[in-house]
Amino acid sequence: MGGLEGSAVAPDGDAPSERIVLDDTRIRRALMRIAHEIVESNADLGPLYLVAIPNGGVPLARRLAGNLEALAGCRPQLGIMDTTLYRDDLAIRGTRPRLRTTEMPSSVDQGVVILVEDVVSTGRTIRAAMDALMDFGRPRSVRVMALVDRGHRELPIKIDYVGKNIPTQPGESVEFRAKLTGESEEELLEVVVHSLDTPSGDLGSEDRAGELA
Amino acid sequence: MIGQDLLGIEGVERDRIELILETAEHMQEIGNRDVKKVPALRGRTVVNLFFEPSTRTQTSFEIAGKRLAADVVNFSSSSSSLTKAESLLDTAKTLDAMDPDVVVVRHKVAGVPQRIADVLDAPVINAGDGAHEHPTQALLDMLTVFQAKGRIEGLSVAIIGDIAHSRVARSNIYGFTKLGAEVRVAGPPTMLPPHVDSLGVKAYTSLREVLDGVDVVMALRIQNERLGGGIFPSVREYSSTFGLDRAKLRFARPDAIVMHPGPVNRGVELSHDLADHRPSVILDQVRNGVALRMALLYLIAGRAFPQDRE
Repeated sequence: MGGLEGSAVAPDGDAPSERIVLDDTRIRRALMRIAHEIVESNADLGPLYLVAIPNGGVPLARRLAGNLEALAGCRPQLGIMDTTLYRDDLAIRGTRPRLRTTEMPSSVDQGVVILVEDVVSTGRTIRAAMDALMDFGRPRSVRVMALVDRGHRELPIKIDYVGKNIPTQPGESVEFRAKLTGESEEELLEVVVHSLDTPSGDLGSEDRAGELA
Repeated sequence: MIGQDLLGIEGVERDRIELILETAEHMQEIGNRDVKKVPALRGRTVVNLFFEPSTRTQTSFEIAGKRLAADVVNFSSSSSSLTKAESLLDTAKTLDAMDPDVVVVRHKVAGVPQRIADVLDAPVINAGDGAHEHPTQALLDMLTVFQAKGRIEGLSVAIIGDIAHSRVARSNIYGFTKLGAEVRVAGPPTMLPPHVDSLGVKAYTSLREVLDGVDVVMALRIQNERLGGGIFPSVREYSSTFGLDRAKLRFARPDAIVMHPGPVNRGVELSHDLADHRPSVILDQVRNGVALRMALLYLIAGRAFPQDRE
């Protein structure tokens, strides 16, 4: 997820902790259910275009595309779109976030776009993604899929397809992880909640790694 | 890097160079879109302060700024009216009062961008100062080589021409050696700086020897104003000894690429054929220049917050 999705500063003295709230099996089930929902609500899957928001959205969109192909026999168009240059906090931050890949294989004109994100909270990344999307054409419609909706919305953004609602406390952060397993190169996905242990104010751990001081 | 000047490659660390190149690779994608504009620098002002005429570099910065949605103001001036230090600094102070977010400076005198950076609040990017440095040219050259070869570490790079008076050569020598390439230079003895080996490069006076086994051949532009100044007798002699054509290129590795910072004196540094066709990558350099300058503006534009100053 992008650094727009905030987590607050921990009070002193609390031990760091981490609990898995979604393991790989449950993520698979959620993505299969979402694929069914997409098939149910879209009579024609031809114009379907999954647009992943990196980094977390990419493995999710790949699995979702595979599920849709298995269900409906039609593999949707798959794109990756970085939203960094559309963030609303570039002017007020003292640092520059590292850019990520954008690979949009075709125009989104007339496409039925589903933005695929790992964790949605404030909604600011989705707002940035909608602006970015319009620079690639005029989609017929735009929907949002999030593996986790953790609440705390700051913008009027609605999630159309949700893996799991995870209400969080101030001080907790939600992290989506994808790691490659040994020989099979299969990605193992999981979602963990960190409690009261995040040292710095406004960034998820993944984003902090890419911080450009 | 917000708020930091880029005055030369000499003072830039390797990891910063790599960050700039990585960011530029992402910026290239924007140039392939229908709508070649992103809102990252909306509301920011980039001032091009060019005391020396330059169509290419100035246009490249202008396009880069506009693709990031910045407002770009071109402030060109003949260098003759601004040779006095007082008027130069007055110009800088006047500019500062207009609150720019980045100032891009070119001047025929080495060190002017530094003087201007000393009095400006806004970060300064050196777009070429005298025979000192031309850091953005070196960075786009490094990006071009990296994309053509997949790496820079371990490559051999030959720079050919008027090394002593070339800011492009100096910046590239710093840059490529920092990234682990071997850099060689060649030119007539009058065009080689006296202690060039102290920069970590080996100097040659024979084209055949300098090209032996190199991966990258970089020809420099011969400045016409140097002609007849005792540095070399004639264009014909230079081109027959150091001008590149396909036959001479055979001394380099078979997959060597040919670069030139432009504009090419056709038939002098490069044959017509080499100026226009592979393995020359001259137009890739120009294209990469825009993405590279977008990356720099993105990383540098804006005022650093007091707590972020290093």
